[in-house]
Amino acid sequence: MSEASPAKAYALHLGVIALLFALSFVLPEYHHGLLARIMVLAVFAMGYNMLFGYVGLLSLGHAMFFAAGLYGAGFAVIHLGWNVPLAFLAGIACGALLALVIGLLALRTTGVAFMIVTMMFAQVFYLVILYFAAWTGGDQGLVVPQPARVLNLGATSLDLTNPTVRYMSALALFSIVLLITLAVVRSRYGRVLVAVRENEERTKMLGYDTFSNKLIAVVVSGTICAASGAAYALLFGYVGSSLASVQYSILPLLWVLLGGAATTLGALIGTVFMYYVIDIASGYTSAYLLIVGIALILLVLFFPKGILGTIRQRWLGWLP
Amino acid sequence: MMPLLTTKNLARNFGGLRAVDGVDFQLMPGEIRAVIGPNGAGKTTFVSLISGRIQPSSGMIVFDGTDITSRPAYLRVRQGIAYTFQITSVFANLSAYDNVALPVQRTLTDGRSKGAVRTGVMAALERTGLADRAHMPAGQLSYGHQRLLEVAMGLALKPRLLILDEPTQGLADSEIDNFIELVREIAKSATVLLIEHNMPVVMQLADRITVFNAGRILAEGTPEQIRANTQVQEAYLGTAP
Repeated sequence: MSEASPAKAYALHLGVIALLFALSFVLPEYHHGLLARIMVLAVFAMGYNMLFGYVGLLSLGHAMFFAAGLYGAGFAVIHLGWNVPLAFLAGIACGALLALVIGLLALRTTGVAFMIVTMMFAQVFYLVILYFAAWTGGDQGLVVPQPARVLNLGATSLDLTNPTVRYMSALALFSIVLLITLAVVRSRYGRVLVAVRENEERTKMLGYDTFSNKLIAVVVSGTICAASGAAYALLFGYVGSSLASVQYSILPLLWVLLGGAATTLGALIGTVFMYYVIDIASGYTSAYLLIVGIALILLVLFFPKGILGTIRQRWLGWLP
Repeated sequence: MMPLLTTKNLARNFGGLRAVDGVDFQLMPGEIRAVIGPNGAGKTTFVSLISGRIQPSSGMIVFDGTDITSRPAYLRVRQGIAYTFQITSVFANLSAYDNVALPVQRTLTDGRSKGAVRTGVMAALERTGLADRAHMPAGQLSYGHQRLLEVAMGLALKPRLLILDEPTQGLADSEIDNFIELVREIAKSATVLLIEHNMPVVMQLADRITVFNAGRILAEGTPEQIRANTQVQEAYLGTAP
């Protein structure tokens, strides 16, 4: 896994980034906007995959990390009047801190209990957002005003509401996180994470403090998800409680499962796939969720390890 | 000379069963010690207590002059106690290389060894004769090779005490001969504690033998002394007809 063909793996990932860059110039307006959103949410999926795919910890509460970034960045702009880069960092910091606290508590459990504990914490987070409606806008949410969504870089200023700027910002975040993920999973630390997933008891007997390793993974995962949330607030201007609901804890799980758990590019593929199945199906019928459900069942039947996971298993063993 | 490992009145209960019942045990640096005894005598529980996989009900474990009784398993590993599992538990989905890379990079991070991961991994794989299978998934290795991989992982931890729990179980006779050579080689740099059912292996390898029965030490001595011990013959080897 980590020894074979590093050049090939990096070439593939850079190729995907180049393809996404090129698509910006050819896609029609609607798909251009949709893909920008998909890239931001694929970052969320990559953060989720770090924990679920590589460490094997199934969380049902990752909406809280996404929402921590979303509200962290949103509050910083709306209530504190901070500029875009500071607000983005504030969102990430909120997510990292939350992940540290949740990790310390939730990692006392494993398996089903871990799922339930993370889900409960996320529900608490969601209800807290609704409760403090005076600041959070409750279920209405908040809109980040357009004039505040401008990135000033010396003399030039980038308007994040401009479709091209928005697309390129989303692509930049996506690329950075993708390459970080690739580097992490190929590193010594990535090897330890996989070992914990495969056999935690054995990993301990090789001298590893598995609790600390898992805690770091929760924090890294939560931080990436928060970066996605912060970018979402700043690029799309909406900070709403629906993005903290349980649905947004389950979506990244679905995206990752579809694309292939423990594959670096699976998160993107799964997110694109799900978005377009919904998009195309809802063009034909109002019962589009039925079609989504059938598509999911077919995938589980024929691609049990997700799209990329199955491709790796059958044909391309070197995929990271 | 100070013993490398001492246990004092070590005990572990499972419900009403006293699996290990007040064991006083000493192991000198550099020796190869075999632990034998009938099934259920408490051998695996005893070495699990030493490695920290399970906590004792009472008693004390001293390793290299420090009390490690309440220390978690991973810290004992870093202190130099390596345990190879009775039931092969290599990481089946990882390559043989990655299996050994895990302990190698651990010792590099600790500063207990120097160099690169790759060099350390290939050295351990070569010592166990697995170098040409480095990139095979561990789960696809033959059983004998998985046992050897388990030993390679133990070796890669740079142990001062290597605990081998029934290492020759399931090995062919030809593999056992190589294995005996390997353990002799390992013993030049580490103390070896060996649980073993195969008596010819025990008699060839062990400097001293400790016999367990019903959670207690029944006898201890050189292979000759143990062979001549009538109590041991009754309890374990079976009385001669």
